[in-house]
Amino acid sequence: MKKITFAINYRKAKAKYNQDELVEICVRYYFLDKNTSKYKVKNMSTGVKCMLKDWDKDWHKNPERLPILKTDIDYIEKNKKLFELRKRILVDNFQKIDTEDKLFKSSKKLNAKIPNGEINLKWTNHKNNINLVNPANKRNIDIIVVGTGLAGGSASASLAELGYNVKSFCYQDSPRRAHSIAAQGGINAAKNYQNDGDSVHRLFYDTVKGGDYRSREANVYRLAEVSGNIIDQCVAQGVPFAREYGGLLDNRSFGGVLVSRTFYAKGQTGQQLLLGAYSAMNRQIAKGKIQMYNRHEMLELVLVEGKARGIIARNLETGEIKKYSAHAVVIASGGYGNVFYLSTNAMGSNVTASWKIHKKGAYFANPCFTQIHPTCIPRSGDHQSKLTLMSESLRNDGRIWVPKKIEDVKKIRNGDLKPIDIKEEERDYYLERRYPAFGNLVPRDVASRAAKERIDAGFGVNKTGEAVYLDYSSAIKRYGKEKALLIGIKKPSEKEIISLGEEIVEAKYGNLFQMYEKIVDENPYKTPMMIYPAVHYTMGGVWVDYNLMTSIPGCYCIGEANFSDHGANRLGASALMQGLADGYFVLPYTIGDYLADEIRTGPISTDTKEFDEAKKSVEEKIKKLANIKGSKPADYFHIKLGKIMWEYVGMSRNEKGLKTAIKEIKKLRSLFWKELFIPEDIYSMNKELEKAGRVLDFLELGELFALDALNRNESCGGHYREESVEKDGPQKGEAKRDDENYSYVSAWEYMDDPSKSVLHKEHLKFDNIELKQRSYK
Amino acid sequence: MKLNLKIWRQKNRDSKGKIATYTVKNISKDSSFLEMLDILNNDLLEKGEEPVAFDHDCREGICGMCSLYINGKAHGPDSRVTTCQLHMRKFNDGETIYIEPWRAKALPIIKDLVVDRTAFDRIQQAGGYISVNTSGNTQDANLTPIPKNDADKSFDAATCIGCAACVATCKNSSAMLFVSAKVSQYAMLPQGRVEAKERVINMVKQMDKEGFGNCSNTGACEIECPKGISLENIAKLNREYLSATLSTK
Repeated sequence: MKKITFAINYRKAKAKYNQDELVEICVRYYFLDKNTSKYKVKNMSTGVKCMLKDWDKDWHKNPERLPILKTDIDYIEKNKKLFELRKRILVDNFQKIDTEDKLFKSSKKLNAKIPNGEINLKWTNHKNNINLVNPANKRNIDIIVVGTGLAGGSASASLAELGYNVKSFCYQDSPRRAHSIAAQGGINAAKNYQNDGDSVHRLFYDTVKGGDYRSREANVYRLAEVSGNIIDQCVAQGVPFAREYGGLLDNRSFGGVLVSRTFYAKGQTGQQLLLGAYSAMNRQIAKGKIQMYNRHEMLELVLVEGKARGIIARNLETGEIKKYSAHAVVIASGGYGNVFYLSTNAMGSNVTASWKIHKKGAYFANPCFTQIHPTCIPRSGDHQSKLTLMSESLRNDGRIWVPKKIEDVKKIRNGDLKPIDIKEEERDYYLERRYPAFGNLVPRDVASRAAKERIDAGFGVNKTGEAVYLDYSSAIKRYGKEKALLIGIKKPSEKEIISLGEEIVEAKYGNLFQMYEKIVDENPYKTPMMIYPAVHYTMGGVWVDYNLMTSIPGCYCIGEANFSDHGANRLGASALMQGLADGYFVLPYTIGDYLADEIRTGPISTDTKEFDEAKKSVEEKIKKLANIKGSKPADYFHIKLGKIMWEYVGMSRNEKGLKTAIKEIKKLRSLFWKELFIPEDIYSMNKELEKAGRVLDFLELGELFALDALNRNESCGGHYREESVEKDGPQKGEAKRDDENYSYVSAWEYMDDPSKSVLHKEHLKFDNIELKQRSYK
Repeated sequence: MKLNLKIWRQKNRDSKGKIATYTVKNISKDSSFLEMLDILNNDLLEKGEEPVAFDHDCREGICGMCSLYINGKAHGPDSRVTTCQLHMRKFNDGETIYIEPWRAKALPIIKDLVVDRTAFDRIQQAGGYISVNTSGNTQDANLTPIPKNDADKSFDAATCIGCAACVATCKNSSAMLFVSAKVSQYAMLPQGRVEAKERVINMVKQMDKEGFGNCSNTGACEIECPKGISLENIAKLNREYLSATLSTK
């Protein structure tokens, strides 16, 4: 590290010292003087002395990183003391200076525009100082919104209510089908209805900590601040949340937190919230304030004089390619988990809109931050097209295990042994063993990696060897005994206990158990369920500033498609919160700041050189794809890409693997350009053409993804580098975050080819939270 | 498994369609119905033929995009599932399976098995909402208590996924179950009562305009609905409609 280092406190000219003379070592650090805006150096003596010959002036280059060499008898003691002093300085007074210093060194191209002031006043002050657009002028301003999920849907409706003319695009046959609809668990809000000590600050703290300190503090605080409004808004819209008998809203608790702040509507919270946003959109569509384009896909962003001024979209029914103009463009097209082919995303979920704006100049941030969800239904064979998630809430009562003996594993795979026949003492409840404090409720990233560890060691139980057991038998017995006591059965039989217990479990998790039974064809009440981790959510995305504007003026990005709020790992029930916060309560304000300067622009014509060129490039690209005339469908390449990603860029990553991935993806991409086949009628509904375009974007993104993972040589949240683990101490073998070197957002700028992307760093500053190692032991 | 497939092929909205026959082999019992169609399409593509177009997206039974009429039943032989949740173990080796699109005047065919369901969107636009703007100062969510029973029933109605199986399975091609689910959801909540009259009248008006048929209470829709939307909602819709027409000017 450059800003804090060790040096010798020379008392006379260097040459006058002889090698055996004692010298004193001091800690030297650089800080930014606020008055002069220049760097100053400060030396502090440490009291530690050594002979000049034992001093390693190039200590930071030495692989052991010891300032005092081993030739000194007391080198261990002395070095230890030096490091302790350095640490104390860091904690006491250096941290503030240090982070300011780092911020100063963030890439000049990245201005996050975080407002000044205390964290709890930033958003209020910002709203008070933001430019507004007069209602009469709003009528003359057009906004394009791509995507109609929670973020896009809520943004379209809110912007239209304010008076803007909105053009809304989705690739599905109706805005109601966006994949937000599949979210199960719930939505967080700092309402403190349960009186359990929840507050805006606590939600903010949990989210930053859960994200392993890789999110932007100011954005997360704002998210926590508006979370309560979301619930008010949704109830007013008629969203039927779960309620208690007194008629008030019910809450449940979720992984990684200590309070109950999750609002829910059975296992279909995403559906209900999305239908709420959809109904708000419908009201505006009826009024003509939203122009809805169903079955349309955005294929290019149009820039005029450096500003986002419109898009080129393909009508998926007729194949027609058209130009659409606006004063601002909002991308709300969701995450890119489908780069892994198999994920819990919808089949059509894609990165195309985000990738197109990236190629036009929007930076792509932290692409390697992906969440792998531990409780999904395992793959049953090669025909598998997607993976189904089962709510995290199942881990509240279920216990996860694999057999202790490898012989038992083999017998199970061959069908000679049933899991229920394995005795208690022959089972390895590995989460309870490794993490006694949190047990089965460790965060998602930790649970997923632990499963992978057992499976890699050969203990996976499915036919494919890729599954672990999630067992409800203890919970059924526990609930059964409680219930028996409650209804006055003194000495219940085993059968009675199980039957009573099953009733309770059914009331709590019935729909999930039924879903499992439909897919796997086994009764989860009688035999343990099989689960396996699957790609679920992408924390990374398009880089945005505090106003949610990308690095392209007039182009915004909201919801899962942007990067800002979840850091390196997202907590349960936070995705819905972020999508709606961005769409209902943040973007409608912040976009005004930009549009206030657009009131004199007038209608934007699409009959210009820029629009024509963009349209032509899209048409040429499509023709090029149709003219490859190879022999392989788009899925062939997608499946191959997914395998590369999962193998080398999945749950556990290392330098060698990542380099292999980059090479393999490049190869696959060139194969794609030689071997792709799509039906040639491009001016009609052509689902293969749609797929091919999306797969091509994934083939490019995949490479940047691996490049980002290669650059980030630390383990944080969902990103696990085998090179960065705790070597000893109580945390031995756990992920090791490196705040000294990687406390930044990596924002990539596109240059002709993904491998040539340029990295810009936005250093993360934490003024309100102390950085800690996450521990679940 | 080996299967004979009889699939409706239609080039576009204006052309005439017909049933085409295909055979697929080596289908795993554990694969889903749509994965079986993926395999068929893959075979067709490798032969350089046009694949069968069908709608699908989430493949976990919630988005409502998939829509197949399989062996004369909406969403196939299994109960309470959408087509994407249907698995091949529900079929026998060597079986012949008929796959058709939804058939209703108000849901025109776009291509092969893909239909146009925008009529459903237009019905929702006619009144399927509560007129409240986004605002940071709406009243606190707990200011109006709602009896748990009402909230639960409202939720049950709100779980409709808008797939249109009810229309496809109804001999009159009626959309009453769909419309009634939305009307009931709001009618059972105090927030929705304010505009209840206008809502029911406008939504029914739009439903008729779109060319959906009338309800004759056969109850087929309830049986085929993948989400189990209850017929009670239709009774509720009729009651709401009647009282609205009698009391508004």
